[in-house]
Amino acid sequence: MLRRILSLIIKEFLTLWKDPKSRFVIIAPPLIQLVLFANAATFDVNHVALGLWVEDSAHPARELVSRFEGSTAFDVVAHFDNPGDVERALSAQRVKAILHLGQTFSADVLAGRPAKVQLLLDGRRSNTALIVQNYAATILESFQRQRSIRPEAGLQLETRAWFNPNYDSQWFILPGLTVLLTAVATILITALSVARERELGTFEQLLVTPLRPMEILLGKAIPPTCIGFVEANVIATIAVVFYGVPFIGNILLFHVAVAAFAVSTIGIGMVISSIARTQQQAILGVFIFLAPAIVLSGFATPIANMPQWSQELTRINPIAYMIRLTRGIFLQDVSWSLAWDQLWPMLVIGIVTQAYSTWLFARKLQ
Amino acid sequence: MRRTRLLGLLRKEFLQIIRDPSSIAIALVMPIVLLVLIGYGVSLDARGVTFGVVDESRSVESAGFFEAFATTPYFKPTDFVDSRQAEAALMRGDIMGFAVLRSNFSRELASPGHAVRIAIVVNGVDANNARIVSGYAQGAVAVWANGRRAERALVAPGAVTLENRYWFNPEIRSTNFIVPGLIALIMTMIGALLTALVVAREWERGTMEAMMVSPASMAEIIVGKLAAYFVLGMGSLAVSMGLAIFLFQVPFRGSPAALIGISAVFLVVALAMGLLISTVARNQFVAAQLAFLVTFMPALILSGLLFDIESTPVWVRAITFIFPARYYVSCLQTLFLAGTVHEILLPNVLILAVFAAVLLAAAIARTRRSLE
Amino acid sequence: MAPAAPPIVVVDAVTKRFGKGPQATIALDHVSAEIRPGQITGLVGPDGAGKTTLLRLIAGLLKPNEGKITVLGQDSVTAVTTVQHDIGYMPQRFGLYEDLTVAENLDLYADMHELDGTVRQERFASLLAFTALTPFVERLAGKLSGGMKQKLGLACALLSRPKLLLLDEPSAGVDPASRRELWRIVRTMAGEGVAVIWSTAYLDEAERCDSFLLFANGRLLASGSPTDFSRRVDGRTFLITVPPGHKHRVQRRAAADPAIADAIIQGERIRIVLNDGATLPDAAVLGGTGLPQPVRPRFEDAFVSLLHGRTAPRSSPAVPEESTSTAVTDGAAIEAHDLTRDFGAFRAVDNVTFTVAPGEVFGLLGPNGAGKSTTFRMLCGLLEPSAGSARVAGVDLGTARAAARERIGYMSQRFSLYGELSVRDNLDFFSGVYGLSSTRRRQRIDWALESFELGPVARQTSGSLPLGFKQRLALSCALLHEPRVLFLDEPTSGVDPLMRREFWARIGALAEQRVTVLVTSHFMDEAEYCDRLAIVYGGRMIAMGSPDDLKRRFVSDTLPDPTLEDAFVALIETQGTKAAP
Repeated sequence: MLRRILSLIIKEFLTLWKDPKSRFVIIAPPLIQLVLFANAATFDVNHVALGLWVEDSAHPARELVSRFEGSTAFDVVAHFDNPGDVERALSAQRVKAILHLGQTFSADVLAGRPAKVQLLLDGRRSNTALIVQNYAATILESFQRQRSIRPEAGLQLETRAWFNPNYDSQWFILPGLTVLLTAVATILITALSVARERELGTFEQLLVTPLRPMEILLGKAIPPTCIGFVEANVIATIAVVFYGVPFIGNILLFHVAVAAFAVSTIGIGMVISSIARTQQQAILGVFIFLAPAIVLSGFATPIANMPQWSQELTRINPIAYMIRLTRGIFLQDVSWSLAWDQLWPMLVIGIVTQAYSTWLFARKLQ
Repeated sequence: MRRTRLLGLLRKEFLQIIRDPSSIAIALVMPIVLLVLIGYGVSLDARGVTFGVVDESRSVESAGFFEAFATTPYFKPTDFVDSRQAEAALMRGDIMGFAVLRSNFSRELASPGHAVRIAIVVNGVDANNARIVSGYAQGAVAVWANGRRAERALVAPGAVTLENRYWFNPEIRSTNFIVPGLIALIMTMIGALLTALVVAREWERGTMEAMMVSPASMAEIIVGKLAAYFVLGMGSLAVSMGLAIFLFQVPFRGSPAALIGISAVFLVVALAMGLLISTVARNQFVAAQLAFLVTFMPALILSGLLFDIESTPVWVRAITFIFPARYYVSCLQTLFLAGTVHEILLPNVLILAVFAAVLLAAAIARTRRSLE
Repeated sequence: MAPAAPPIVVVDAVTKRFGKGPQATIALDHVSAEIRPGQITGLVGPDGAGKTTLLRLIAGLLKPNEGKITVLGQDSVTAVTTVQHDIGYMPQRFGLYEDLTVAENLDLYADMHELDGTVRQERFASLLAFTALTPFVERLAGKLSGGMKQKLGLACALLSRPKLLLLDEPSAGVDPASRRELWRIVRTMAGEGVAVIWSTAYLDEAERCDSFLLFANGRLLASGSPTDFSRRVDGRTFLITVPPGHKHRVQRRAAADPAIADAIIQGERIRIVLNDGATLPDAAVLGGTGLPQPVRPRFEDAFVSLLHGRTAPRSSPAVPEESTSTAVTDGAAIEAHDLTRDFGAFRAVDNVTFTVAPGEVFGLLGPNGAGKSTTFRMLCGLLEPSAGSARVAGVDLGTARAAARERIGYMSQRFSLYGELSVRDNLDFFSGVYGLSSTRRRQRIDWALESFELGPVARQTSGSLPLGFKQRLALSCALLHEPRVLFLDEPTSGVDPLMRREFWARIGALAEQRVTVLVTSHFMDEAEYCDRLAIVYGGRMIAMGSPDDLKRRFVSDTLPDPTLEDAFVALIETQGTKAAP
């Protein structure tokens, strides 16, 4: 029995490697996606195009303006003197925000009266607008501190971001990407391998050999697991070496997590491949599973922001558990006991799907 | 172009669409599924963030501070006595962050001139969310401080307040910009994927060959095919618009005519891309993969749908220019939220028109040669 | 026949390459030919010979790299649109839109040709009547039978009253009765002066054409009139009668004889073709009885003798020598008892019962969709019967499927191998999954490489091998574990006649070693190799017997020497009349 399974495993690897189409599926998309996502998937905002509409030329106003000009967050690209231009510039997206100082600004500041600074923001990209507003508030804060006109003399607010002190988007995206690409590879390979054999007619050839359904399933599950491990390690290494993402957690835990994750994704791939008759159907099946699974994984946006019903859906999504766990291992050094909360659901999903696919296979052979 | 032939081809395409439930599913059901799923699932708006308040002082003042967090829509505060508990909760992911009020909090508050220290810790793993949450936390603290000042009729001398005006999207809902972008994604899928699959199927079944030998010219065959799927694509545009406006309550401030015109141009671009893909990939499997790689992924990541193109590295920004989706996303976001802004729409639609012409010409030329 | 009629198509030294540089494959190599009106010209050759490429070149779908094609006096490249007005083209798989109805398909093609008003209605009416499709106008093309699809495809191609009709493998996969009907229709068209080009892999079809172009590997091997071509071997074709049970041995001996160009099994007799100038060997020496009987030469005889003259004469194909599989259990090797299979409401196989003795070559014959594949799949354990039982090699498939599998070998229609893997990898894999021990494994792989002459290509990717090698590899993989029963599904479709002979020689040798062979086919020639046949039609077994038995049943005054195909068509017709009342 071992010999038979081993033959099957060797064959799986050989076909994967020798078929240019499969080789392409394993290598090219992950690489392209890695490079793209790591660089393009960012919520960071920098070099904000800022317009100035300053109706006051006295010293405090000039000082505040020079702080904005000197800041690395903003690029001052335009000056305005009437509301009409302001409106046009904002709607034509020439500027993202406009800083407006009214005629009485300096006088108010100097007289110790409450003064107002207006920030007009292009709200079309709400996220960018919020961050720009944060930047402006920070500059204003330091301006006031310097002039000792703090809003409340005695209040000292100290904000820190744990695990990612510089709010670096890549620290967030890359561990998630490791999971995502591993998931895509393992599910796709598993789903396609049976479908391809069906299309070529070799699956029937396998079925008339003494191989038992269980042996075929094992032989089909082990190669993608290995590939999943390789892929996870390669991408994690790239994240650490090239993008400087810290990995402070336990390496062994990481591999245990990958194993548990592979059990679940391969189970899903198996279910798809036991339903699909052609490679195209398999691809479609993978897409139908992956598209919502990625959206509901917390990869790009927080699960906590979703409505309740879709938060409930994430509970059956192995990618959501694995992304949470992987980020924890990379950045937080989570303990084994905390990790277990994410590990067991993946194992349950894996066992259920594998059992279901075995049942589907056995039924199809009837 | 001969009328009889074109009408014949068109009738054939429509009959096929009606008989094949999968194309209707792709055109009408997929937009709904994608919009609902992503429209709800992808949100950058933090609401009801679970947040800890470590209250070591247990005083009236600290209770007021807790209240200030509880009254904003952004936070769902939890009370902790000990900062170690809060740290553990942060580690578990139960709370997104916490504020620490030391045991001498109320005493410090009471003594004028004394600095009151409040520490705020957020979980930085999700950098973007962390930034937003810490902004909200600072805002909540400021509201609390202002409230106290008002209570005691104190006005800080010469305080400068920042007044923010969010144009086009005053409630700063991320849905308002994500959902219009999604329409671009859907139109790309319909146009490119559906056409690529349908034409690949004609090659596989040999019907393309039969048509090419008939007196119908290549242009007629292609125009017939595109026209049918154009109508289907416009149908899914209508469905998507309906959902965006009525389900997601995204305001639409532009002119419907401009929307239809620009969408029409973009749809031609997407259809031509699908056609081009089908000439490169002669079977449905490769066609689907290529369509996914060169149309779907760029429309998702490199179009400004979710991620701000202007914050990416220069080379990524350069790449985005070769994918038509970015021009359409920009038009959609403007049309929905800002209105008919000619400075934005005109250049974008011009570029899209150039794309349409070039891709269509390439598709016709390549299809003619594709048996070679 | 008017030889003076000017040719309608002139192919002048045409070469067509695909790809560029050194990797380019040559699909057609300096081919010159003429096609005349009022004739059916057969484009004959195995898969990959260049038939489709030539048709596409004539239709203006491809441009020649060298040479020139003139269609109806116009250049096929520069005047492509004018040329296409007068062409009717039916691609492989008939070029129909399967989700449109019969009428809608016709409408579409009529629109393409801008037919309107009364002309349109008249042509529809006449073509529908001509093809007997009138009752089915509202049916979806995808729901038609193979034969009806073929006729619809033809009707679409004929709508414009073309002067030139191009048919790419119109008869592939349709049953013999439909094939005959198609011939009748096309013959009528040719009678009206249309030039017809008919591409086919069936050599018996070439015989019925007015002229033929014979291709192999992109080169034109022969052309002219099929009668003249067959006459080349006039007086050189004989049938040898052999004692029962000796046909394989006699066939092998005859094939090895230097005087003989070709020897094939035809029922209980051996058909031989002598080499040019050779004297007829004594039948007794070969193992036959009586005098060899001269027979009318066929197209295939001439073709094989031509190929035989070209390729180095090889001794009979190396025959796998079995060592251990002679131990045979008593009783039948395959027993099917009331096998029935339903797919939903559709009964694909209805109460099929037969037994196959050890060492017998048994054929399941029938058109596509008749239920032969379903029967076959139930017998090798790929499909569970809805009712009835099956025993293979003495083991009940219902209770001991795994045990049965160790005793059967299976080779599918498409030579299902792992195309990306090398020959050696494939052998390694199959010996592994059959659980052979490492010594036995080595022995059997060596045996396969040697006796199937795969040694020189052992390291090559199997997908890139010529069809003949793939077929040999597939067979060797199915034999690695020395099965008692061998299942072959359409084993020789699309391969050239020499390869088919080689293949059957190996099967014959296996049968002599008491390996039981079950084969499905819709190829009448192939059926001649079987000891016994079951003819399956409409899910039921309508006849069973040896090829000679079946033929003998239909001897009549008009048909003194019926072919298996005649017998088959007659059987189906009687079946049809039985079902009618």
